[in-house]
Amino acid sequence: MGTAAHQEPNYMKVFWALLVLTIIEVILVYLPMAKLFIAVALILTALAKAFMVAWYFMHLRSERWTLVAVTVIPLLLALDLLIGLLPDIARVPF
Amino acid sequence: MGDSVSMHAPYESSGLMGTLRGKVGMWLFLISDALTFGALLAAYGAMRMGDPSWPVPGKILDIPLTALNTFILICSSVTMVKALSAVRRGDIKGLQKFLLGTIAGGAIFLGIQAYEWTHLLTHGGLSPRKDLFSATFFAITGFHGFHVTCGVIYLLAILAQSFRGVYTAQSNERVEIAGLYWHFVDLVWILVFTFVYLI
Repeated sequence: MGTAAHQEPNYMKVFWALLVLTIIEVILVYLPMAKLFIAVALILTALAKAFMVAWYFMHLRSERWTLVAVTVIPLLLALDLLIGLLPDIARVPF
Repeated sequence: MGDSVSMHAPYESSGLMGTLRGKVGMWLFLISDALTFGALLAAYGAMRMGDPSWPVPGKILDIPLTALNTFILICSSVTMVKALSAVRRGDIKGLQKFLLGTIAGGAIFLGIQAYEWTHLLTHGGLSPRKDLFSATFFAITGFHGFHVTCGVIYLLAILAQSFRGVYTAQSNERVEIAGLYWHFVDLVWILVFTFVYLI
């Protein structure tokens, strides 16, 4: 990775994005909409926030792809395990 | 640490990951930690989906207060990146100032969580033995609070080292590694806040 990749991201922009998404999440909870819709919206917002923290604050964006692969692959496998098991465990259809 | 100290350009080092051993080590630890949190949240989700009488968390837990706590933790992540960029410029006073801010953020977070727990245990009628909702709530937020506590101690150690002149513009990998841990704790809280409090 060249030095250009190590230029600092605009941390304040990331901060404002995280703050706005958090406010959106809290507002979503009180909206009179279908529970499933709210749950999906909340999960997508949370994943977006988690991604921003890892990508910008933890500098994953300026790491070599091998390190990114080492972090992402186990998480995908864990997610796969979860998705595979949930239909057997959960009695409520989702 | 021997390798990293002697390297002149730590960010250009070779090897499969193209980065410092210490950083790769922290990433590996964080992945295993993420899987532990993942297991806790997955178990929580499975038990909740299997129980139609599961309460709505927002009716029992204080969402505005926890949203404030989330905000504080996000702020402490910002001061942590500012601390690292300060030491990389050689600004040790800035490093110490922002580290102190991060530690304060973690301490305030823990204070609010302690208040929340006390309130729930005494007035809310919750206890880890009461039901699955309470048990999973205390297990997950407790495990996360333990991580914040460790992070505060970790950052205090880094702050103490900075006063002994350990960190310079050229040598500051341990600040970055501590930062990785701190941001991870923030990242996990974002997910815990969503899954345990909001949904």
